[in-house]
Amino acid sequence: MVQKFDKPILTPSQTAGPYVHIGLVPEACGIEDVPFETLGREIAGPEAKGDRIKITCRVVDGGDLPLRDCLVETWQADAAGIYPGQEGADPAVSGFGRMPADFTTGEITFETIKPGAIALSGDRKTPPHISFWIFARGINHGLHTRMYFPEDDLSGDPLLARIEHRDRIATMVAEATGPGEYRFEIRLQGAGETVFFDI
Amino acid sequence: MTGRLIPREAGIHPPLFTPAYKTSVLRSPQRALIAFDSSPSEETGPTFGHMKLGALDNDLLLNYARPGTSAIGERIIVHGRLLDENNRPIPNALIEIWQANAGGRYRHKKDGYLAALDPDFGGCGRTITGEDGSYAFRTVKPGAYPWPNGPNEWRPAHIHFSIFGHSFGQRLISQMYFEGDPLIARCPIAQTIPDKAALDRLVAALDMSETKPMDAIAYRFDIVLRGHRQTHFENRPEGM
Repeated sequence: MVQKFDKPILTPSQTAGPYVHIGLVPEACGIEDVPFETLGREIAGPEAKGDRIKITCRVVDGGDLPLRDCLVETWQADAAGIYPGQEGADPAVSGFGRMPADFTTGEITFETIKPGAIALSGDRKTPPHISFWIFARGINHGLHTRMYFPEDDLSGDPLLARIEHRDRIATMVAEATGPGEYRFEIRLQGAGETVFFDI
Repeated sequence: MTGRLIPREAGIHPPLFTPAYKTSVLRSPQRALIAFDSSPSEETGPTFGHMKLGALDNDLLLNYARPGTSAIGERIIVHGRLLDENNRPIPNALIEIWQANAGGRYRHKKDGYLAALDPDFGGCGRTITGEDGSYAFRTVKPGAYPWPNGPNEWRPAHIHFSIFGHSFGQRLISQMYFEGDPLIARCPIAQTIPDKAALDRLVAALDMSETKPMDAIAYRFDIVLRGHRQTHFENRPEGM
């Protein structure tokens, strides 16, 4: 016998289920008159510094069907690469996005600013990216991934260097579809499966 | 910097591919998740402590009810503390909940179950934890409801919880069950959790000490998020 760690057991995850909208985006599922301020709609206010961008995304299952009941949350830094809450962060950037998929098309649109590169310890940096957290019916715990930008050089990113199958990095890079416009497809399973993180 | 996130303990969370819960079959990655040390992107996160909550945001008995009435069902208080795995309270953190009404019907345009909607019950609430990590909701105990997984499958009574810690890497969504419910052992979603002790963490205990006599019965549900490493020794090649 050895000493026991006196440590609380983590609360395990469960799926968000098909009716996640009730709690997190009530107006999206027909609940009116709940006087909740909707969270995650304004990632970067009109005063925010940086280039304004629009991201259209879809989450697709292993049968090639877009998820029409998922929610996506995003977290990002300001144009200088500083996260909200850190010293010197742009006060007009909340950094947090939360959007449901369209019930018919599965499309999700975010309007924000392009984040700057993020300083890591030492003089290392990780290229501009937006963190994504995906949850839905059938997903037992939320999936973490990142969206990178096609115009940036990703070769020096120390975190992406962990990915042995280099061709998979492309699954985290959005496609440019117009000035300031990007398309990001998240594939849960199968060919072109998006990289998800154990983080 | 808030410090490094402690890696997730293996075997606590459900696996992603759990075929008895059929929707997970096509919605689970086949490739392994890629691990790396947490970075500022995961060690920071949105905070809502400054957010103005409405007086009834955590009171589902009243927050959708017409004036002078309240939701129908077993009146309950759900309360507890939000802690990290180092047993420290997590203050000023957002907890959001949603649930079916006493008959197992959700106020959602996609729910077509024949049990009736309660005109005085919406089913959503939220609160911010206190300095000691404590939180409380007032609501009705939700009913069990059928779902099209197997031919005769019923979800146990449950309340969905969405929890923010102080970093994006702590983000958690889960479900709270009720002590003694015989449906828990039969539920393919509850049973996605392989470890019995971990599943027990989702079962709220009847708490007579917080029950309000002649008013509402109480359940206690503590929530534990992953913590930040308490660093004793750390290699910092840059000499900081």
